[in-house]
Amino acid sequence: MSKTESFTAQMLYYLMKNRLAVIGGTLVALVFILSIFAPLIAPYNPSTIDIKNVLVGPGFSHWLGTDDLGRDVLSRMLWGGRISLEVGFVAVGIATIIGIILGALAGFYGGWIDSMIMRAVDIMLSIPTIFLILAVIAILEPSIINIMIIIGLTSWMEPARLIRAEFITLKEREFVIAAHAIGATDSRIIMKHVLPNGLSPILVSATMGVGGAILIESGLSFLGLGVQPPTPSWGSLLSAGKDNIEIAWWLSAFPGFAILITVLGYNLLGEGIRDALDPRQRE
Amino acid sequence: MLAYIIKRLLLMVPILIGITVLSFGIMRLAPGGPAEAQMEFSAKASAEARERLRKLYGADQPFYKQYATWLHKFVTLDFGTAFADGRKVKDKILERLPITLAINLLSLGLVLLIAIPIGVLSATRQYSLLDRFTTIFVFIGFSTPSFWLALLLIYLFGVQWGILPVSGIQSLDTTGLTLWGRLSDWGVHLVLPIFVSAFGGLAGFSRYVRNNMLEVMRQDYIRTARAKGLPESVVIYKHALRNALMPVITILGLSLPGIIGGSVIMEQVFGIPGMGQLMFQSVMSRDYNLVMGILVPAAFLTMLGNFLADIGYAFADPRVRMK
Repeated sequence: MSKTESFTAQMLYYLMKNRLAVIGGTLVALVFILSIFAPLIAPYNPSTIDIKNVLVGPGFSHWLGTDDLGRDVLSRMLWGGRISLEVGFVAVGIATIIGIILGALAGFYGGWIDSMIMRAVDIMLSIPTIFLILAVIAILEPSIINIMIIIGLTSWMEPARLIRAEFITLKEREFVIAAHAIGATDSRIIMKHVLPNGLSPILVSATMGVGGAILIESGLSFLGLGVQPPTPSWGSLLSAGKDNIEIAWWLSAFPGFAILITVLGYNLLGEGIRDALDPRQRE
Repeated sequence: MLAYIIKRLLLMVPILIGITVLSFGIMRLAPGGPAEAQMEFSAKASAEARERLRKLYGADQPFYKQYATWLHKFVTLDFGTAFADGRKVKDKILERLPITLAINLLSLGLVLLIAIPIGVLSATRQYSLLDRFTTIFVFIGFSTPSFWLALLLIYLFGVQWGILPVSGIQSLDTTGLTLWGRLSDWGVHLVLPIFVSAFGGLAGFSRYVRNNMLEVMRQDYIRTARAKGLPESVVIYKHALRNALMPVITILGLSLPGIIGGSVIMEQVFGIPGMGQLMFQSVMSRDYNLVMGILVPAAFLTMLGNFLADIGYAFADPRVRMK
């Protein structure tokens, strides 16, 4: 590996050498592609009710069986994947943006700004997230957009801490001091000089965060506060399946397995990126 | 050291105030207070009666006054009464706490019992078959939706094989049972909840122990201990493990909010009448007093856990104190 290679290329190189990270990346890509192309791949219309084929077990005509209204489980899962991934990405996007802004301000300016922001982090970390989510969802009604926003609003603390730590070390570096010396404005220094160099830890937390958000959404659905039927998300499918667990195990088993595989993919990939960024892990 | 402790204690005050204002605010500013919730059951209630109820709950006062009244009562440990049945919040909590506490302590014990040896073994035998196996298990454990695992186990053990009860904490009729019979009745009811609660924690915990062990094993004092000819078991269990478990204690403190969240879902799956269920019901019915009575002590305990962990760190590492 030559030193002239770009940062990204180096990271990809180490990522490809890590077998678990490759497995994770493959799972992530697979689920992503299946969800994108759900309208083309799904064998049935996900909302077509078929009274003649209610609660059919997995078999040739319906690979993963049908639900209590005769809807094809595989098709609903493919469409549900789109919703679950959407929730994951948007929630993480919101959390990351809030985390970057607050973390950058805290780390760059220090002093009372830092104290205020870090106390806010402490407050958020001391309150059980489930309470905040339950309370707000109960007020706002559980639409997909509300769920994404509330998951995002309750998970910005880790990215904020990471960015703050990066800023604290980076702001003492020569290139930042040089930028100050030539009279660059604070916002220019933050955006152009410090932030681009401090983003890599965020990559790890954001990757794993997607999996985390998908898990939270499924938990909310289970409590009846997630994505509402008839819209399929993996969480809402799983939660609808629980009422028929005695007679139709496939309604719960497959959506849960999809969640497991997807979250596993993001976790493995995230851990792989963490290792690839950590020079000590490179032999 | 004393100065550091005092400084940390003082810092807890604004955080605690922030916690109460935030949670109080969310609950109070929500449309549909308990007065409205009670009214839904009696459509004939007049606007006048509604107003009386609102006044009774103090909902006609401005926000800061409601907060001040609540805070004043709260610091004298008066948690008020639950709107739903008029019983004291303290009593309701105390009758449910032991169940949730028992389940979580037992599952925590199980986690520590299994996770520490696993973590140590996979650290000392890094990249061995065992290490690879546990690594994969850890990732699967992290990624499994707990209630899905619960549902599958309910299906297998309860429905398919019919060997374990799947709901509640005791059989419907326990009158004829001896003490031993009653205990084992609880036991079989709690097997699945405890196992499922432990499953996710097991993964996280063994990972922490492994990573901390790896970190510690690189330190100079471990090399010194080996160089002076100590047996490997003493080096690992006496020198390394002790230091590796230090940060793990912090994780325990920080995991309390997660345990509460986990209990909400777990108790819903298994129909366990514990704190999680109480919290869920109270949030959904906007039972302010009940919500705050559960939430604030929980948040306080979390802060206390963090505080004790930080003190522990400061005690062990002088650099922390100096900042």
